[in-house]
Amino acid sequence: MSMYSEKVMEHFRNPRNVGEIENPDGVGEVGNAACGDIMKIYLKVEDDIIRDVKFQTFGCGSAIATSSMVTEMVMGKTLAEAEQVTNKAVAEALDGLPPTKMHCSNLAADALHAAIKDYREKHNK
Amino acid sequence: MNRIYLDHNATTPVRPEVRDRMLPFLGELFGNPSSAHSFGQEVKPHLEEARQRIADQLGANPAQIVFTSGGTESDNMAVKGVAFAAEKGHIVTTVIEHPAVMQAVSWLVKKGFEATYIPVGSDGVVNPDDVKRALRPETILVSVMHVNNETGAIQPVEEISSITKEAGVPLHTDAVQSFGKLPTRVDDLGVDLMSIAAHKIYGPKGIGVLSIRKGTRIDPLIIGGAQEKRRRSGTENIAGIVGFGEATVLAEAEREQVYARLAALRRRFVTGLEASLTEVYVNGDAARTFPSTVSLSVSHVEGESMLLSLDMEGVAVSTGSACSSGSLEPSHVLVAMGMETVLAQGTLRFSMGRGTTEAEIDHVLEVFPPIVERLRKMSPLTRSQAC
Repeated sequence: MSMYSEKVMEHFRNPRNVGEIENPDGVGEVGNAACGDIMKIYLKVEDDIIRDVKFQTFGCGSAIATSSMVTEMVMGKTLAEAEQVTNKAVAEALDGLPPTKMHCSNLAADALHAAIKDYREKHNK
Repeated sequence: MNRIYLDHNATTPVRPEVRDRMLPFLGELFGNPSSAHSFGQEVKPHLEEARQRIADQLGANPAQIVFTSGGTESDNMAVKGVAFAAEKGHIVTTVIEHPAVMQAVSWLVKKGFEATYIPVGSDGVVNPDDVKRALRPETILVSVMHVNNETGAIQPVEEISSITKEAGVPLHTDAVQSFGKLPTRVDDLGVDLMSIAAHKIYGPKGIGVLSIRKGTRIDPLIIGGAQEKRRRSGTENIAGIVGFGEATVLAEAEREQVYARLAALRRRFVTGLEASLTEVYVNGDAARTFPSTVSLSVSHVEGESMLLSLDMEGVAVSTGSACSSGSLEPSHVLVAMGMETVLAQGTLRFSMGRGTTEAEIDHVLEVFPPIVERLRKMSPLTRSQAC
């Protein structure tokens, strides 16, 4: 028995795309210690397509699972498509999160958007 | 896989002897002890026997023992009951109390009472001098817990009592974590009010006691049929009460032996943790900590992710922060000890019990370091900012 869905636990157990990218094209970081969650997303972009995405997360089970899920959702997608991914969509892809986790631990899409913004600013796109 | 339960500060399993003692009261002995007929009268002696057993443990008169629904109600009754009887005034408490005391005090503040919250040092212990300085002529109650539920820190209740006695202010202690585990005679601790609960000592949930020294001015919270000498109305939870009495006697019989075992297990556990992990911190001062509890802060890793990983290995612990329990704030106790927020978020509470074995501790020492390493590898804090 877990307070989380089976899908959350599966991503928590086997998170996808963990780590850093060397010389990333964009980096986004959100969250704060008071909330207990800090998420960092690294992007490798070619022709407006996300060729690689990795994450590092300090946080609870749902913070790690949402980070993992968002990387899986946007790998190989265009930046425009990735920008459409919302925190809500990430939570839904994980079959939902407990209500208390919806705010603090569901910031993975924000971290992704911050990384895309960083990429656009650095590359004038 | 055999699961390992290291969350005894949250609750404990009911001992079979306790359950056996309770069962008749969930069966043929169903009478209401207030009833004049034989069904009621055959139950009543069992109620009074349990009251006597708990009174003996506290060195109290049975008339001082008021049965409640548990520690939370006892705390609420102590704090609000004294406040209601005084009608106005000032309350002294600490920053590390259980929410049952803390929330009751802050509710009273909203209603016009005043309060002073005593800080703790980095060891999580209150300084009695701070209590002395906080007292005012209009102080109506001092409430200081005996053993902290998150850290196991033992508070100097006895020393505080000499201050409150001199000032003529009633002293309440929440002894939910210490009853049946440390000596808790009300005269030795010098307290007027003491909250205790059965489910922390292998008794049932839903039954507690507030011990009230004769002469203490206190109003009831729950009024109605005048049970418990008008101090707490409601038909008695007789199965729970009998179970509490049994659990109390059983706990006392093995108290010193369990203490010695827990102290040895704690040393083994702490030594093992410090040998196998870097940047982990055992909170509090071992000499002033009840040895069932190990509050461990782990750098760069969040508590719930460690809890979940341990749960997957069959090991049950709790987080020092309240994140997993629905609030996202870091633990008020750890913050009060001066801990940085990020480290407070990375805190686990391991709490051992009478059944905890060396083999279980060794198993945890085996599975825990790889969990920390795995999560640290995932953490953005490990190499970049040291928050």
